[in-house]
Amino acid sequence: MDFTFTIVAVGAGLLGAVAGSVGTFAVLRRQSLLGDSISHAALPGIVLAFILGAGRNPLWLLIGAAAAGWIGTIFIMGIIRRTRIDTSGAQGVVLSVFFGLGLLLLTYVQKWPDASQSGLDKYLFGQAAALLPQDLIIMACGGTLTLVLLMIFWKEIKLLTFDRSFGESLGFPAKKIDLLITALIVLSIVIGLQTVGVILMSSLLVAPAAAARQWTEKLGIMVFLSGVFGAAAGIAGSIVSSSIPNIPTGPAIVMVMTIMVAFSLLFAPRRGLLIQLLRTHQNRFHYSLQSILLDLYQLQQTHGEELHFHDLNTLQLMRSRKSSVLSGLQILSTRGLVETGGGGQWKLTPKGIQEATKFGETYEL
Amino acid sequence: MSKDLAIEVEDMTISYQEKPVVWDVDFHVPQGVMMAIIGPNGAGKSTLIKGILGIVPTTAGTVKIFGKSLNQQRKLVAYVPQRTSVDWDFPTTVLDVVLMGTYRQLGWIRRPGKQQILQSMEALSKVGMENFADRQISQLSGGQQQRVFLARALTQDSEIYIMDEPFQGVDATTEKAIITILKELKRLGKTMIAVHHDLQTVEEYFDWVTLLNVRRIAGGPVQETFTQDNLKKAYGGRHSFLDDGKRV
Repeated sequence: MDFTFTIVAVGAGLLGAVAGSVGTFAVLRRQSLLGDSISHAALPGIVLAFILGAGRNPLWLLIGAAAAGWIGTIFIMGIIRRTRIDTSGAQGVVLSVFFGLGLLLLTYVQKWPDASQSGLDKYLFGQAAALLPQDLIIMACGGTLTLVLLMIFWKEIKLLTFDRSFGESLGFPAKKIDLLITALIVLSIVIGLQTVGVILMSSLLVAPAAAARQWTEKLGIMVFLSGVFGAAAGIAGSIVSSSIPNIPTGPAIVMVMTIMVAFSLLFAPRRGLLIQLLRTHQNRFHYSLQSILLDLYQLQQTHGEELHFHDLNTLQLMRSRKSSVLSGLQILSTRGLVETGGGGQWKLTPKGIQEATKFGETYEL
Repeated sequence: MSKDLAIEVEDMTISYQEKPVVWDVDFHVPQGVMMAIIGPNGAGKSTLIKGILGIVPTTAGTVKIFGKSLNQQRKLVAYVPQRTSVDWDFPTTVLDVVLMGTYRQLGWIRRPGKQQILQSMEALSKVGMENFADRQISQLSGGQQQRVFLARALTQDSEIYIMDEPFQGVDATTEKAIITILKELKRLGKTMIAVHHDLQTVEEYFDWVTLLNVRRIAGGPVQETFTQDNLKKAYGGRHSFLDDGKRV
C-alpha cells in the first residue's frame, strides 16, 4: 500500500472516530452549530500563530487554532449572557466575525514574500495528502486525550446532557461540565483542521451522530456507532480521493458522510422516514375506511331500523377525495361491513352497523 | 424552634434580566408536612423551588435546610423536575434514568454498580414500574414518565422532596399511585413540597400550602390558609386584581 495513502486513511479514520464520538453530545445537547462556530473561529488563530513566528510548525498553528476557537466560545457565552441575542444568533455572529477576520489576515499574509509556500490556505478546506507522520502523532495524542476524558466523565456528561436541573440539584457543577464538553469539541475540531479544514470540520461532528441516532436507543451504542460511522467515512473518503484524480479528501469524506446520513434518515428500521411514511399511510387508509363507514351510518340514521341502500354519488358528495370512496367501499365489503345492490347502490350490513356504532362512540369520547 | 423546620427561606428574590420573578419571599416549612405551592401562571412557583435548590441564581435571600446551608445538606433534598423539562427522546432506558438518582452518593467518576441497581429497582417497584426497567424512555406515557422521575428521587432516600408539578398531565391511576407514595413518605416523617395546579385537590392531598404570585400571598396549614380570600388575592379576581394593583 502507498505510504501517503496509509497516512491519510489512518488520519482520516482516527479523526472521524474522535469527532463522531464527541459530536454525539453536541447533537444531543442541540449545539450542532457550536462546532461550526468554533471551527470557523479557529482560522484567525492559525494565521496569527503564523504571523507570530510559528512558521509551518503544525503543533503551534493548531495551538493557535484551539486558542481562537476557545476565545470564540467565550464570546458566544458572553453574548448570550449579556445581550438579548439568543444562542444561535450568538453562534452566527461569532462564526462570521471570526471567520471574516481569519480570511482578512490570511489574504494579508499571503501577500508577504515567500508566504505563498506557507500552506496556510490548506486550513480552509484541508489537505489530507499533505499529512506527515508527525501530524498523525499530534492527531493521535489529541484524539486519545479527547476520548479518555469523554470516558472518565461519561456519567457526569450523560447526567447533565439529559437533565441539567436535576444534575445541578445533586450538586454537580453544570457550567464546568459545559466547559469540559466544549473543550472536547474544540480538541476534536483542532485535530481535524489539517485534514478537512475549518469550513467542513463541523459536519464530521454532527453528521455521524445524526446517522447513529437513527439506529439505536442507547447512548453508549450511539456514541460507539457514531465513532464507527465517522471512522468509516474517513477511510472511505480517503479511498475515493486517492482513486479518483483531483478529488480532495476533506470534501470526499463529507460526501461519504452525507450518503450515510441520507441512508440512515430514510431506511432506519424504527425512526426512518420510509417506515414512518408507511405508518402514516396505513393510519390514513384506516381512517378513510372508518369515515366512509360512518358516512353510510349517518345516511342510514334517517331510515330507521331497516337497512337502506344509498347511492355512491351521495357518498362521494360527503368526502373530499371522491375517487377513494368506491375502492374503500369494496374493501369494506370484503370485510362484510357493507354490501352492494349493484348500480352504485350500497348499504350497511348488520355487522357494519355494529362496527359504525363502536367508532361513533370512540369519536364522541 | 428552628430545629423542627425543614426549610427556612428568607427574603428570597430572583430576577431574570432586571425583571423580578420572585420578590422578597419568606417562608418556613415545618418538618413532616406536605406543602403545595399554588399560584397563577407566571407566579414564579417553579423558579422559587429552583432558587431553593440552588439551580437558578438568586438575587438575594438565604435558604436553610434543617438549620444549615444547602451545600451542607444537599443529600437531604431530592428534586423531581417538571416532566416536560427534559427530552424524552434521549437515547436511554428507564433504569438508566432512575440510576441517576444515585449519582450523588457515587460522587465524581465512579460508575453505578450492583448496589445502585438494586436501589433503583426497589424504587421502580415502589412506583409500580419494575417491569419497565429496560424500556426505552421514548416509549413511556406521561404518567409513566412522572413515575420514573419520582422513582429517581426515591433512590436518594432524602428527608425533603421538592416536586415541580408532579400531577401535571398524568392519568388518574398514576395520580393515585403517586399520592399513595407521598402519603407513605409523610408517614415516615419526610417533608414534601410540590408546585401544584389543581386547586380542587389541594385540600385532599396537602396539609400545608403557600400561595404565591411573585410575592408570597399567604402560607400555613391548609384549613386556615386555603381560603377564598387568599385565593382571590393570589389569582386576582376582576375586582381584587385592581386592589392588588394598588398595593404593588
